[in-house]
Amino acid sequence: MKILGKSIKEIRNLVDKKEISVNEVFDYFIKRIDKYNPELNVYLTKIENKEESNTGKLFGIPLAIKDNFCMKRIRTTASSKVLSDFIPTYESTVTSRLKKAGALFLGKTNMDAWAHGSSTETSDYGPTKNPWDKTRSPGGSSGGSAVAVSAYLTPAAIGSETAGSIKQPAAWSGVVGLKPTYGRVSRYGVVAMESTLDCPGPLTLTVEDAALILEVIAGHDPYDATTSPIKGENYLDILNKSEKMTIGISDDYFEGVDDEVKEKTLNAIKILEKLGHKTKKIKLIPPKYAISVYTIIQRAGVSSNLGRYDGIRYGNDRGKFGEEAKRRIMLGAYTLSAGYYDAYYKKAQKVRTLIIEDFKKAFKEVDVIVAPTTPITALKLGEFEKYPFFGEVMDQLNEPGAIAGVPGISVPVGLDKKCLPIGMQILGNYFEEGKILDIANQFEKETDFFGIIKKGMKNYE
Amino acid sequence: MNKYKPVIGLEIHVELKTKSKMFCQCSGNYFGKKPNSQVCPVCLGMPGALPVPNKRAIEWTILIGQALNCHINHDSKFDRKHYFYPDLPKGYQISQYDNPIASNGKVVVSNKSFGITRVHLEEDTAKLIHDGNETLVDFNRSGVPLVEIVTEPDFENSDDVKRFLEELQVIIRYLDVSDADMEKGTMRLEPNISVKLEGQRKLPNYKVEIKNINSFSFVKKSIEYEIKRQTEILEKGETPKQETRGFNEAKGKTFSQRSKEEAQDYRYFPEPDIPPMKFSEEFIEEINKELPELPSKKTERYVKEFGLKYQDAFIITRSRELAKYFEEANSKFKIQNLKLNLKINNVEQNIANLIVNKKIPVNITVDEFVKRAFSELTPKETDLGKLDIIIKRLIEENKKVVDDYKNGKTNAIMFLVGQVMKEMKGQADAQIVRNKIIEKIR
Repeated sequence: MKILGKSIKEIRNLVDKKEISVNEVFDYFIKRIDKYNPELNVYLTKIENKEESNTGKLFGIPLAIKDNFCMKRIRTTASSKVLSDFIPTYESTVTSRLKKAGALFLGKTNMDAWAHGSSTETSDYGPTKNPWDKTRSPGGSSGGSAVAVSAYLTPAAIGSETAGSIKQPAAWSGVVGLKPTYGRVSRYGVVAMESTLDCPGPLTLTVEDAALILEVIAGHDPYDATTSPIKGENYLDILNKSEKMTIGISDDYFEGVDDEVKEKTLNAIKILEKLGHKTKKIKLIPPKYAISVYTIIQRAGVSSNLGRYDGIRYGNDRGKFGEEAKRRIMLGAYTLSAGYYDAYYKKAQKVRTLIIEDFKKAFKEVDVIVAPTTPITALKLGEFEKYPFFGEVMDQLNEPGAIAGVPGISVPVGLDKKCLPIGMQILGNYFEEGKILDIANQFEKETDFFGIIKKGMKNYE
Repeated sequence: MNKYKPVIGLEIHVELKTKSKMFCQCSGNYFGKKPNSQVCPVCLGMPGALPVPNKRAIEWTILIGQALNCHINHDSKFDRKHYFYPDLPKGYQISQYDNPIASNGKVVVSNKSFGITRVHLEEDTAKLIHDGNETLVDFNRSGVPLVEIVTEPDFENSDDVKRFLEELQVIIRYLDVSDADMEKGTMRLEPNISVKLEGQRKLPNYKVEIKNINSFSFVKKSIEYEIKRQTEILEKGETPKQETRGFNEAKGKTFSQRSKEEAQDYRYFPEPDIPPMKFSEEFIEEINKELPELPSKKTERYVKEFGLKYQDAFIITRSRELAKYFEEANSKFKIQNLKLNLKINNVEQNIANLIVNKKIPVNITVDEFVKRAFSELTPKETDLGKLDIIIKRLIEENKKVVDDYKNGKTNAIMFLVGQVMKEMKGQADAQIVRNKIIEKIR
């Protein structure tokens, strides 16, 4: 039985038709992990004792989980040596909901330490390699989850995004990455980076799988006061709507973008037009302003959220913090200090409000906004060290949406000349994940770009 | 010698007795519990755990604000206050910075008004237990709701402080939101003291905070000690150091703990895990309905409505339960009084006397109390023949007392009344006894 490249839905069909058993599926992935993990460094912890259930939307489907989701009795490090021996006593809401839906877990995936980065290179456990070119970064911080899907070491994975940490590695690794609206999915049990931005979401092979996983994990959580009371939707049903939409395009989001990335994105937009969607030029606050707002807010949050790792608990002292975390803590503590708070943090929050208003205004005119996910394709490993604020620049097209808290999805739109995947992002209005999934699904059905996912896997058959 | 005037403000912490903690579902009642038996990922500050505020604690803080005549802020929020200490598992305390739940209140005690700057809600820290060379942490207290009440620097002496604190404790207990027990630490006090020249309008440029005081009388003593200490320094032409001091109960002295020159920067910022709070007028009104008649109002009413002596009314209203008992006894007594047509006057004052003078204990049921009150207050049948003999004998035996009376010491008669009543074994009407004695002496 050839399973390689099968989506969750396809695996489910095979299992339902009894052509393959749940155990066989699970073992298939475990074997692949054993074979390819040493060269790609995707999984930090393998989970082999599976707890089985026989009901639920994800019954028997194995998944990979980013290592910043707490799972009961399973080592959770957030890729930092500070938590090298941390075994949580409790389960994150996301993994608990997946479990209830019948999902199985293959392991915890590598990431930038504390999710600080866009290349998975700040991990204290070594970088994850991009399966398209192992000398290159898969992006990050959810690089392990992106590669797990891209190299088919899992049919789907869970990541988390603060600004670009799902969509950017999805684009660089050539898979689908969905970042829901802030507050759509519970953060309970996710090792916090910045609490007003963090958002869990799926990385998948198809838009349909992303919709399925969102359906399972979305919704109010009594353990997270920032989750929205607005009920989640039947995202799979919405995919059948095939609604014709107005697509907003802002020239500022193509500024400084690599020619090939620009060209493929514009080409994808033409395809969307052909499908009957209208395009409309819109004016948005240029993404460059979001960089400073994002940097200040995020660093402040980091300096506060990492305060609990003071060396008294968790068995490791503060010397175990890596360089990037230390830099962020210092900058964050500075912007919150007496006398600087107003000049930095408060001002950043004011500009953030402007960006939120900007998006709200835009979504009165258009249904979705389309832009490249990243300015360039995957960089060589080690290159990020040459640039301070590397991540901020890499993620600049993701930061405005992150700051505003709107949902977005990155889908593959082709390969560049170096045979590296290119991603396009579709942003939606608050809590309108349905719309972006719908249009992304229409795009997927119309094109063969998603075929590149399988092409990438060829080396890993 | 210059004339000096103390400037005193207070910070009071009150632990709320909500069933669960401030941000998780662990039990908030940690007293006497096995260490670390009431903890969860949230109050242990585990990675990824998130706080969800306790609605009841917020409502109770609003109630306290209302009882202290505060303005309830329609928009409020939580903030993070950062500092490192082993009893603080997150590296920050969830507290309130610039938008407290309540502000600008006042409390009137003995006709003096004291301003309440703010009332805010925060979480308690864990408890450190020092054991030889080891320090152990008990997280049972971590996350218990804690209300901080800050007063204006309106106090000028330790007596006012003590009276204010006693009144505040009674108010909090009336609201039934906390035991406000100093010994158990559910009420904690930190006075801020400085001294200025009489007539100086500006506040002094320093202040001394005293921590870890566990009784009202120690608060009074520590304030008195500080006023003296600071005045002496000022007399020398120096300025006392801005610092935090502790209080040594045995020596009755304060001692330096931490200099405020190394003042911490708490790096406050809005708690991102909890959305800002918005209280509607209706919501605040709804809570206001729960506000009971407060002790000072009750005292006033007892004096006005029942004609009680102020001191008796004050004593009875120090406890909401006692006041309730008193009112129940009153009304039950009156019904009986009418039924039996006994025509006992001044029922309220009589009942108050029985309670205040502890003639009848109040740990029995109200019905029993009323029964015993009747036997105490019903005019006694008096054996007049026996009474005459006893009075005659006692007048003989107490010539000096009789002389005193005749010389104008009218109170002396009460001694004789007491003696007679004793001989009669209480089987006599005191009024009749009194009249008879006066008759006989003349």
